[in-house]
Amino acid sequence: MSPDLNVLVLHINGADLSVAAPAHWTLLEVLRYRLGLTGSKQGCDKGDCGACTVMLDGKARLSCITLAADAVGHEVTTIEGLVTKDGLDDLQKTFDECGALQCGFCQPGMILAARACLDRRPDATRDEIKEALGSNLCRCTGYTKIFEAVERATRRGKAAGLGSRA
Amino acid sequence: MNPRTPKDAKAPPPAKSPEPKAPAKPDKQAVPADRADPLQHVRSPNRIFGPDPPGQRFEVIGKRLRKVDAAAKATGEAVYTDDIALPGMLHGKTLRSPYAHARIKKIDTSKAEALEGVYGVVTGAEMPTRFGVIPWTPDETALAVDKVRFVGDPVAAVAAVDEETALRALDLIEVDYELLPALFDPAEALRRKDVVIHEGNKHGNITKEVTLEFGDVEKAFAASDFLVEDDYEFHGTAHAPIETHVAVARYGADDVLTLWSATQIPHYVHRALASVLGIPAPRIRVIQPNLGGAFGGKSDPFSLEFCACKLAMKTRRPVKFLYTREEEFYAHRGRHPMRMHFKSGLTRDGKLTGVQSEILIDGGAYSSFGLVTTYYSGQLLTGPHTMPNYKFHSTRVFTNKPPCGPKRGHGSVQPRFALEIQLDRLAVLAGIDPIEVRRRNFQGSNTTTVNGQRITSNGFDQCLDQVEAASRWKTRHGKLGRGRGLGCAGSMYISGTNYCVYPNDMPQAGVQIKVDRSGLVTVFSGASDIGQGSNSVVAYIVAEELGMSVDDVRVVAADSDLCPVDLGAYSSRITFMVGNAAIHAARKIRDQVKEAVAQAWGIEPKRVALAGGYVFDLDDRDKSMETAKAFHLTEARFETLGATGSYNTPNLGGAYRGGTIGASPAYSFTACVAEVAVDEETGEIQVPHVWTSHDCGRALNPILVEGQIEGSAYMGFGEVFLEDHDVNRMGLHARPNLLDYTIPTSLDCPEFHASIVESLDPEGPYGAKEAGEGPLHPTIPAIANAIFDACGIWLTKLPFTPAKVLAALATARANLPARPSPNGKAR
Repeated sequence: MSPDLNVLVLHINGADLSVAAPAHWTLLEVLRYRLGLTGSKQGCDKGDCGACTVMLDGKARLSCITLAADAVGHEVTTIEGLVTKDGLDDLQKTFDECGALQCGFCQPGMILAARACLDRRPDATRDEIKEALGSNLCRCTGYTKIFEAVERATRRGKAAGLGSRA
Repeated sequence: MNPRTPKDAKAPPPAKSPEPKAPAKPDKQAVPADRADPLQHVRSPNRIFGPDPPGQRFEVIGKRLRKVDAAAKATGEAVYTDDIALPGMLHGKTLRSPYAHARIKKIDTSKAEALEGVYGVVTGAEMPTRFGVIPWTPDETALAVDKVRFVGDPVAAVAAVDEETALRALDLIEVDYELLPALFDPAEALRRKDVVIHEGNKHGNITKEVTLEFGDVEKAFAASDFLVEDDYEFHGTAHAPIETHVAVARYGADDVLTLWSATQIPHYVHRALASVLGIPAPRIRVIQPNLGGAFGGKSDPFSLEFCACKLAMKTRRPVKFLYTREEEFYAHRGRHPMRMHFKSGLTRDGKLTGVQSEILIDGGAYSSFGLVTTYYSGQLLTGPHTMPNYKFHSTRVFTNKPPCGPKRGHGSVQPRFALEIQLDRLAVLAGIDPIEVRRRNFQGSNTTTVNGQRITSNGFDQCLDQVEAASRWKTRHGKLGRGRGLGCAGSMYISGTNYCVYPNDMPQAGVQIKVDRSGLVTVFSGASDIGQGSNSVVAYIVAEELGMSVDDVRVVAADSDLCPVDLGAYSSRITFMVGNAAIHAARKIRDQVKEAVAQAWGIEPKRVALAGGYVFDLDDRDKSMETAKAFHLTEARFETLGATGSYNTPNLGGAYRGGTIGASPAYSFTACVAEVAVDEETGEIQVPHVWTSHDCGRALNPILVEGQIEGSAYMGFGEVFLEDHDVNRMGLHARPNLLDYTIPTSLDCPEFHASIVESLDPEGPYGAKEAGEGPLHPTIPAIANAIFDACGIWLTKLPFTPAKVLAALATARANLPARPSPNGKAR
């Protein structure tokens, strides 16, 4: 039955949250089963599909193969964390505008992978975008409209005066 | 194993007498109970609204609008089945057969039941009623009753406090198996009489055998200037949606069973649950939440749906089953592997004379949609190229492998691959450009195919024009130099079918509209939005009809308690059928509003227009009121505002047995050009570009149509090079995970260029036809034909691995007839 529980303090979407969970639980399990952050999806549970992608200290990370305990002391951002009081993240808007969302199941992970890419490279090229999304499988779109959505966000970023930080 | 070609497989006498040339004998199959009642035989009418806008011009339709659910999906708010967690919910797990073919002698679940944390165990004996999505072939049970027929066949299920406890309980279930010889090769399954996968099946291991001939192919071949005859192989591929199968069941204190399931056919699941669980259908509610991809893979009732329900009833607690990725691959229902022998003829001036095919279909362990697959493998090939004479003989057999079923382009992607390559081979022999040969055989609009299918709108010629121009075909085909090439192919597909899975005379699709005094219009739609955007399409249509903003239309879908029946998301039927049903319902409200407002203003109803959130007088623009106000007026004038709408197909299809299967109210058409670069040293092939032009009738939202075209082309591309669903010699899946079953990543994909042809269909909603499945078909043969253009080899056996490419190149160099590999086996 229930193994020993660890009490972890995780920094998620800007808040410190205490969670009691079995020591072997992944970050994805804690997000989905303890915190109700079900925007992070489980597609394979072994790091193959990318649906569980979150940002850890700004980098894309597969939460299904990350132990929750290993996320302690890091800043975790989930898809829910991209929505602020100012509204939706640019990428959430451009994915919507460009028709990049069909079934939508891969999209939280896809958007976070793209966010991590654009935070590093606000003017990422198509090839850089492809590279950054290479671990996130989408079965609906053929990626075309996803690339368009990310590119639209880069243009929007440029229009807002953001230069490359790289 | 020494597989015989399907041609050899003809040697034993056919298990069923070949089906006659049209017209045919009456169907001898049993008449189902609900058809036997003569009082019920009043067929719901077919309604046609035509391609024109309801008002003066389209306000919503045809615009590049957002999807109604996109923001919820982009923010993670959208609730999918696995996101549902109910108080006290248990977790279910399935024990699966480790053997490909075995008799179950005994199952002992006592130790599992005794494990702390286990609340319930269920075996096949508790749910022995057989089901099947096609009611003529019910050969599945929720859990194996006496036999297992493939590695992964479900045997028992457990509900426990958590997944880990459930998994431990599975280890404690003792099953005694008596091993039986297993059949993995369809030719062997056809031949062997001593090993029968389904006892009681009338014809050994044959699921279905169909022979149909239209015209006279022998005569046609004799009159041909050029003939080609070849063997083709299409391998098995899987849907691999990113969301696996998942179901949650709750059995309430009110004795109502509620199932939330990732299904694309909630109505059939509803019927199957009532039958298998033996409880009245009104006590069951089936809800399909947001769905994470399906592609045909969620269009059967699945074991987990029955097990979740049964265990919820037994334990009186909610139960969730979530299949692992590995289980998803075993549940399968993917593309049928087919071995195809094709022969086609052409005249000197490029006219197709006749086509003959002999197809052996590997069905896996159960029937699923196999009856339809067998027909589709022949019936859907008779356009867009005029085919004056045609004969097909398709045989689907059982093997001890995960069951095959409908995958995007059900049944016709495989023979289309063969036919379009043959057409190119003939074009080469005749010295005619491949696009030109397709033009010369274009069947045109308002024609009837050789097998009796009615073609209405047909924009295939424009599709050819578009891909020819976009790919700069004329200056580049045959001129790109060694190793690079362009290839073309065409196809057609159905917009739903006349053949309802269970025969009945009721509508195929229904919607219901409720008008709120706030001005909100709620549409209750039976359709399953599986990501293709059917909820959005319904909202656009109702907004168009009522002259409202899409934001003021809300769609509630796929909930059997709330929504009228729709048959499900398969056969590319939803836009056409549910779209027409939505127009039907909305137009009733529209007419009521016009009448009420006209009366209030003392004018003729035809002067009243609804657009942009207002109702106004066409002759006096100063006279207007907000739509919400007009709704109040209408409600006061008539009654509480609401309407239903429905759609049924007209009577279609040839007058012979099977003539309605593949008979569609409208067909979509696609042309594709692919560009390849072949590395003749390594055998690797790059596909830099795929241009796909699709005739979907009116594009209700071009963004959604482009998405379907790009997604289809993507899926076809994956099937050519990367994906291979196969089992090893023990029946174990060769690659049951997304690392080894390689679906294309962002780095693998060509540039997909989608374009749309709008041949307005006379019967589609505003002239629309399907877009979801058709565009996949030509991708695969277009790539094969491009490889010929690049380096002069015809690859005919999928998938195209570097080894096959190198073998074919070596054969070509040795100046022997091109064959990809000596024994037809790869990997």
